[in-house]
Amino acid sequence: MNRNSLFGPLDPAADAGWDEAPKRKGFLTDTSVCIGCKACEVACKEWNAIPADFSDGITGNSYDNSESLGASTWRHVAFIEQTATPRGSTVELGMPGVRPGLEGVGSGAAGEGEVGEQDGEKPDFRWLMSSDVCKHCTHAACLDVCPTGSLFRTEFGTVVVQDDICNGCGYCVPACPYGVIERRTGDEGTKNVGIAQKCTLCYDRLGAGKTPACAQACPTESIMFGDVDELRERGRARVQELQDRGIDTARMYGDDPEDGVGGAGAMFLLLDEPEVYGLPPDPVVTTRDLPEMWKRAGMAAAGLLAGAALSFLGGRS
Amino acid sequence: MTTAAHSENRFGQWPEDDRPRRRRMQQATRAVRDAGGALRGRRGGRGGRRRGGEQAMVPEAEFTSYYGKPVIKASPWEKDIPAYLFTGGLAGGLSLLAAGADLTGRNVLRRSGRIGALTAISASTYFLINDLGKPSRFVNMLRVFRPTSPMSMGSWLLAGYGPLAGLAAMAELVPALPAFLRGPGQLLGALGRPAGLGAAALAPGVASYTAVLLGDTATPAWHDAHRQLPFFFAGSAAGAAGGLGMLTSPTGQAGPARRMAIGGVVLEMATDQWMESEMGLSAETLHEGRAGRLLTTAKVLNAAGALGALVGGRSRVVSALSGAALLVGSACTRFGIFEAGQASARDPKYTVVPQRERLDAGQPVRAG
Repeated sequence: MNRNSLFGPLDPAADAGWDEAPKRKGFLTDTSVCIGCKACEVACKEWNAIPADFSDGITGNSYDNSESLGASTWRHVAFIEQTATPRGSTVELGMPGVRPGLEGVGSGAAGEGEVGEQDGEKPDFRWLMSSDVCKHCTHAACLDVCPTGSLFRTEFGTVVVQDDICNGCGYCVPACPYGVIERRTGDEGTKNVGIAQKCTLCYDRLGAGKTPACAQACPTESIMFGDVDELRERGRARVQELQDRGIDTARMYGDDPEDGVGGAGAMFLLLDEPEVYGLPPDPVVTTRDLPEMWKRAGMAAAGLLAGAALSFLGGRS
Repeated sequence: MTTAAHSENRFGQWPEDDRPRRRRMQQATRAVRDAGGALRGRRGGRGGRRRGGEQAMVPEAEFTSYYGKPVIKASPWEKDIPAYLFTGGLAGGLSLLAAGADLTGRNVLRRSGRIGALTAISASTYFLINDLGKPSRFVNMLRVFRPTSPMSMGSWLLAGYGPLAGLAAMAELVPALPAFLRGPGQLLGALGRPAGLGAAALAPGVASYTAVLLGDTATPAWHDAHRQLPFFFAGSAAGAAGGLGMLTSPTGQAGPARRMAIGGVVLEMATDQWMESEMGLSAETLHEGRAGRLLTTAKVLNAAGALGALVGGRSRVVSALSGAALLVGSACTRFGIFEAGQASARDPKYTVVPQRERLDAGQPVRAG
């Protein structure tokens, strides 16, 4: 146990008891180069044999057909079309190339860096696309509240559900501050029906020294996989680069180890506020407040005991 | 197909419709819903238009979301879990009543308390197991002892409390045993008091841990209430237990049940005020929709039941009716809090607005 076991910066694998754990692994999803192709969604479903998620019917929203993360959607590509923002600083991003920063490669007429008022030729809308995934939080509320020990911390610092232990109590579902994990519904024959399911960061592939399926499939390398420390530096450098080019709304999300969940294993480079993408702006792990909750419960219990005793001290009847 | 943005989303606005980027929401917990900007007071006005009530001045919070979709997930629970909360609290309160009755010679109150507690905790366990996605694996609840999980702690509490409550109730059935079982029956009877006292020792925990269960989530209405919910649920449990005591015992023995019921209702109502004052925006959900109806019903029934306990102590009929009202009221409280939480999780407003506010105020939650 560590002073920061419930909240604050922490090495999660070491805190969970792993000796000589490998470096913490995670994702950096650079949404500035996402093209919304959903290869990540498909690869994830294929590798993990996830059933089709038609619980609400086919959505018919062509650019976002999965709507949110869930028990049968472990990668979800979000799509937002934005009209001119009141700030007036929509930026021409240009055609996404294979690697950002390579001038002129595949970008045709729309070059990079043509921004600013003096230009006069600003687009009146932009598309934001982002592949959402489980954050594999340093302080994972789902793991903290799991009563069966099904959810556990791997040596890579990720959070995984053991689907042969989970009894589907569903407590992890409201605990998650990002709304990631869910209890699978469906017909009786469906795999792992009734069990909580979420991204495993392809724990089986990591064990074989391979890259998670989504990162492997992403054609623009929007999804990058690697050591969390290195990805964090890469992301911050990329944010700086984008801001230098005038995209002042670029920001990192989940990269701060001091934040409400101790930093995320899966970080994002966003081009607008988190809530635009459906992400909570300032999430906090609920376990941070748990010591106080137990204290209060103890006080309430003591009060109940005292109150019951007092009730018997009344009159004759 | 381009999906239309949520109506309160600042995107999807044509340039002509130049709304300010975001209006700060004031701290008032009851923003009046007004779509078109017309001010409307809460109470029926004189002469039709009532402008200028200070509540009516507060505009609806503006915020951005992803097409109005929830940010977090509501729990997948349905009726089983609030029923489990109610019966658990009832059992805890009843064990306390029964133990006190045992020590003060109120034998009918003791009997109904012990049997009631066993029935309630059995029902509670049934509801918990029934809710599981894979009920056959319910024993896995006892695989680990995890203090960060209220559900784990609760499972262990129940594992200790249940058998004790069961033994205490079995002791009540000893007189009904046939003659050839008198021997073992005497042993069972002797175990009744220690088992009953043991159950009473664990009972307060059983009654209050359920509040930690709900509070330890990201669900706004539940988490925002986490400081007061234990007292709220303890009061509700006392009211329910007292109510059942009043319903099942003769008035001569039901005095402690009446006092416990009144105390429970008073605690619950006082805590309710305190809770709502500290909850912030999510306090709205306690007054709207299904949750609002349930909690209002609960207040009315609790008040009626407490009044009946206060003045109708000598009448068996009034006692019984009051007791029933208190039981239903306590159930309505649990179901109402549950529904409020679910509603607060489904509307992204309750997650986004408080977080965005503190970010914009330069006060994000940070460990440093």
